[in-house]
Amino acid sequence: MSPQAQQENKHTISVLVDNEAGVLARVIGLFSGRGYNIESLTVAVVDPKQALSRITIVTSGTPMIIEQIKAQLDRLVPVHKVSDLTLDGPRVERELALVKVRGLGEKRVESLRIADIFRAHVVDSTQESFVFEIVGSTEKLDAFIDLMAPLGLAEVSRTGVVAIARGVDTI
Amino acid sequence: MSTEPMNGSQILLKALSEQGVDVIFGYPGGAVLPIYDELFKQNHIRHILVRHEQGAAHAAEGYARSTGKVGVILVTSGPGATNAVTGLTDALMDSIPLVCITGQVPTHLIGNDAFQEADTTGITRPCTKHNYLVKKTGDLARVVHEAFYVARSGRPGPVVIDLPKDVAMGLGHYTPATAVGHKSYNPRTEGDPQLIAQAIELMAKAKCPLVYAGGGVINSGPQASERLTRFIRDTGFPCTLTLMGLGAYPASDKQFLGMVGMHGTFEANHAMHDCDLMICIGARFDDRVTGRLNAFSPGSKKIHIDIDPSSINKNVAVDIGIVGDVGNVLGEMAGLWKARKNKPDKKVLAPWWKKIEAWRSRLCLRYKPSSSIIKPQYAIERLYALTREHKDVFITTEVGQHQMWAAQHFGFDKPNHWMTSGGLGTMGYGLPAAMGVQVAHPKALVIDIAGEASVIMNIQEMSTIAQYRLPVKVFILNNQYMGMVRQWQELLHGGRYSESYMESLPDFVKLAEAFGAAGLRATKPDEVDDVIKEMLAIDKAVIVDVMVDQKENCFPMIPSGAAHNEMLLGPDDEAGNPISDEGMVLV
Repeated sequence: MSPQAQQENKHTISVLVDNEAGVLARVIGLFSGRGYNIESLTVAVVDPKQALSRITIVTSGTPMIIEQIKAQLDRLVPVHKVSDLTLDGPRVERELALVKVRGLGEKRVESLRIADIFRAHVVDSTQESFVFEIVGSTEKLDAFIDLMAPLGLAEVSRTGVVAIARGVDTI
Repeated sequence: MSTEPMNGSQILLKALSEQGVDVIFGYPGGAVLPIYDELFKQNHIRHILVRHEQGAAHAAEGYARSTGKVGVILVTSGPGATNAVTGLTDALMDSIPLVCITGQVPTHLIGNDAFQEADTTGITRPCTKHNYLVKKTGDLARVVHEAFYVARSGRPGPVVIDLPKDVAMGLGHYTPATAVGHKSYNPRTEGDPQLIAQAIELMAKAKCPLVYAGGGVINSGPQASERLTRFIRDTGFPCTLTLMGLGAYPASDKQFLGMVGMHGTFEANHAMHDCDLMICIGARFDDRVTGRLNAFSPGSKKIHIDIDPSSINKNVAVDIGIVGDVGNVLGEMAGLWKARKNKPDKKVLAPWWKKIEAWRSRLCLRYKPSSSIIKPQYAIERLYALTREHKDVFITTEVGQHQMWAAQHFGFDKPNHWMTSGGLGTMGYGLPAAMGVQVAHPKALVIDIAGEASVIMNIQEMSTIAQYRLPVKVFILNNQYMGMVRQWQELLHGGRYSESYMESLPDFVKLAEAFGAAGLRATKPDEVDDVIKEMLAIDKAVIVDVMVDQKENCFPMIPSGAAHNEMLLGPDDEAGNPISDEGMVLV
C-alpha cells in the first residue's frame, strides 16, 4: 500500500439523524464496537418540526477507515445523511469553551489581557476568579487554555466542534 | 386508520398477518402473556413452541434461509431476550432476515430492575440491524411494518421489537402496511450503469478471470442464482463460492471450482491467488476467505458487487465497487455482455483453464480410505450419493470439522438448500435450524449434519421436533472430540488436547428413543450405507450416530496467517510448514 493510503488524517463528519431514543448510543456504539477514534462529538436538535438532530464527529483514520466509518454510519437505520465536511470543500468549524481561572493580582490582570486578545468574554466573575467564554477553532481554544495554565487555570468545559460547509450548498 | 380500537396484542397479530407471517417460533413468559392469549384465540398464525429461545432464533433462521421469507420469533422479557441474543448475532453476521418480538416489563417499571427486566434494546443494539422499543400502542402497527421492511430490504438482518406489557394490553388504532413508508432507510438496489460498463470492459480484457460469489446471491433470491449461472456459462469464466454461497451456482457444473477459503479447494484458492480479474458478487472478503491479507490475490484487479456499501473496501481495496442488489446488477451485466460485439474468444481463456485443470488434478479432497474405520468424508459422500433420488434435500450443519466436510463433499445445485452458521460459527445452530426448515417444508428431506459436541448444545430441541412430529434427520459424525479444536491443538499447540475430549457422552441411540425418535448407529464402514438407507426409510425423526475416525483432520487447509498458495493438502504437508507467530494469534 502506498504511504498516502496509510496516512491518518482528521475528518469532520456531519450526520443528520432522526431525533429518537438511542440514536446517539447507536453512533457511539458503532465507534467503540469497531475501534474507531472519536476526537470530538456534538449533538443537538436542528429541525424540531421534522425531529432531526445533527451530530458532528471529528475522527481520524486512513482513507480506507474514513470511508468505512461513513459507510457504517450511513447504514444505521435512523441516519438520513452523512457528509464528510473535510472532503466537501471549505467549511467553518467552531467550538465554544468555558474556562475558569482563579488568581489574584498581576496574574488576574494578565488573564484578562489575554482574554481580550482572544476576544473571550467574561461571563462570570468573583474577586478571585473569572469564567471566560471563548469561541473559535479547536486550535485557538487550545492556545488560549495553554496560556491560562500558568495564570490559575482551574476548570475547562468545551462543547466539541460544530461545523458547516461554506457557500450556498447544504448537506 | 381503522375505526375500532384494538389492544396491542391484537394489533401485533394483525400486523404480522398483513406481513404474510404464518409461523412464529417462540416461548411464553410473564411479559408476553397478553400476546399468547391472543394467539390462543386465532388460527391463521401457527406457533411452534421451542425448548430454549436460542432454538427459536436458529429455527427462524432456518425457516428464513430456506424460504426467502422473514423468520419471526416471540420471546419474553429478560432471560427470554438474552437467550435469543446468540441467534440474533448469528443472523446479523450471515444477513438473515428476522423479526424478534421481545416482551418487556411495563413502561412505568422500565429502569427499575423489575423482575425479568433487561435492557433489551441496549443489549441487542450491536447484534441487530435495528431495534425498537414501543412506548405507545398506537405506534405498534407502524413499528411492526417498519421492522419487516428493515429486516428484508437492503442487506437483510435481524430486527428486535421490544414490547412492554402495558403497550401489548393498551388500546390503539391499527395502521395498514401500505400507510407506512421509511424516511431515512432506502438502500440502493440498482447498480451504477457507468461502473457496470467499466466492469464489463475489464472482464472483456481479462485473461485469468474468476468469479467469487457468496451469500448475497442467495439473499437476492433464486433469480440471482439463475442469472449468475447463465452469466458464468456465457462468459466461460470459472466460479468459486464462499461457504454461505454454496448452491448459488451448481456444484456439479464443470466451471465450478469448489468452495474458496480456509478449507476450500486447492484449485479455488490458487485461482484466487493467481487470477488477473476477481469479480466478487455478494461476498465480503471475510478473513476465512482471504487468508493473509497482504498476500491476497496480489496481481488482480477487483470488482466488488454488494448491496451494502460498507462491505466495499472494508478488508480489501477494490478497483470497481458497485453498490446494488446483485440480482439486478447481474441482469444488467448479462445484457451488456450479450450485446457486446468484440467479445473475447473462449480461446483466450484456454491457458487459464489449463492451469486450473492442473490444480484440479491434485484431487485435493482426497482422503485415505479405510476398511476398518469410518472416515467422516466417506460418511458424507455416501449420504450425498444415497439422497440423490430425493427431490428436495435441505442440509443444515453445526460448526466444526463436520461442517467443513459437509461443505466439501455434499454438492449443492440449488440455492436455499444449505443452512450453516458462517460468520458467527455458532455450535448448536444446526438442529434448531433443521427444525425451522422442516416446519417450512414439511414434505422435504431435512438433514442436520452434526458433530456430537455441537449437537448437544441445543439437543433440547429434539423435544420440539417430537411435539410437532417433524421428521428431521440428525446425522452425527461422532469422533468424541471437539474436532476442529483438536485439529488446531494438533497443528498449533503441540498436540496438547486441552479440554477438547468429551468423556461421558450420551448414548445417542437411547437419547433419540428418549425423545420419541429413532436411533441408529454405524461403527464400521460397511454399515454406513445400511444405516443411511434405514434413516431415509423412517418417516419420523432419526438420530444417526456415526462413529468416525477420531484422528481425522480437515484438509485442505490454509493455515492461519498463510496465503492462498500456501495451502496444506494433507497431514504430510504439516511438518514442512510451521505456523508463524503472527498466524498463532489469529482465530
